[in-house]
Amino acid sequence: MEIPYTVEARPDTGLYNAKVGIWLFLASEVMLFGGLFSGYILLRVGAEPGMWPHGWQNLTLGTINTIVLALSAITTLMAWVACKVRQFDKFKFFHACTLLCALTFLCIKLVEYHEHLNHYEIHLTDGTIADGDMVQNDPTQDHIVISGRIVTDEKLLYDLRSQKNIEEKELTIPRSQIQDMQSYGPWHNNYLALYFTLTGLHALHILGGSVVIAYLWGPGRKMWKKDPERYTNRVEVSGLFWHFVDLVWIFLFPVLYLT
Amino acid sequence: MSESHHAPAASAPHSQDDHPVDFNSYLRRCGAILAVVLCAVALMIWASFLNLGWGEKVAIILCIASVNAFFVAGFLMHLLSEKKMVYTILGFTVSFVIGLFVLTIYAMNDFPKNTVIH
Repeated sequence: MEIPYTVEARPDTGLYNAKVGIWLFLASEVMLFGGLFSGYILLRVGAEPGMWPHGWQNLTLGTINTIVLALSAITTLMAWVACKVRQFDKFKFFHACTLLCALTFLCIKLVEYHEHLNHYEIHLTDGTIADGDMVQNDPTQDHIVISGRIVTDEKLLYDLRSQKNIEEKELTIPRSQIQDMQSYGPWHNNYLALYFTLTGLHALHILGGSVVIAYLWGPGRKMWKKDPERYTNRVEVSGLFWHFVDLVWIFLFPVLYLT
Repeated sequence: MSESHHAPAASAPHSQDDHPVDFNSYLRRCGAILAVVLCAVALMIWASFLNLGWGEKVAIILCIASVNAFFVAGFLMHLLSEKKMVYTILGFTVSFVIGLFVLTIYAMNDFPKNTVIH
């Protein structure tokens, strides 16, 4: 049995079915991310003055990721245009670029996650706080080594942007002096919980979109030979999803990296 | 042999809104949009280093982000020339999202009677 309206538009909606489907799906996605963004607003506005992190993210990596995603949005659209003008070789090139961008984005995100998970806040028995990247944490040794600094006021750890030239050096801390030690994972505070949730969910979308694009680029291309218009519609629908993922990042980047 | 030869040649490639699709004009348009997006990113980063209050800074940055989003949604997602059905779906979505945000903001100061805040 032939599925109707996979190529031509339905007379009542003016759209082929998959396009109505993807827009309804994107609407539900807006609500999903909207809920998380409103959670961010609630926690950000409710935070005590001076106790919300600034400058905790690697701005260079965040900016590179923003550019990479913007580039991938362009290559996705050009892949669809190439299908429309029946230039399959160009389509393959542009979609390969999109996949490469997606992979780059995910790799950079992993580097960022690693940076956070390797960064520690260590409360010492004398009331001071050591903060920095773990260099050595061998359970057989009676000390740990971090590359960072020691502060007396916890607020100094929050606003890193207002502090110029933070001096970091290698610190050897005996385990007997450690009262409490925690990495900058999602468990550390509200900001990091939101950061990992929002960027993690976004990265999952990138991964999901990449799988679909890779399928269309690889085994799914068989359809091109027998029904190119339907294949082009599939490319358009996957492209709409990809642009939505880019749109989410357009707001995630300033919210998490800049404000 | 190129795989494009397997596909039946299109009589005249058209987009959904029935405008003919021209590869080179799309390429030029995409280049322009990429330039706008990159400028917007640079502007946001610059604005984040301005010596302003937190609220003002957030307002400026989110305004630039919205312009950025307009270009992506309007041109790359073809939202500027979509069918009424899509606008209807998005209209409902936007109203629900606004409701969600308004409820969140309202809930910030909505404490039960006799609540003691330390």
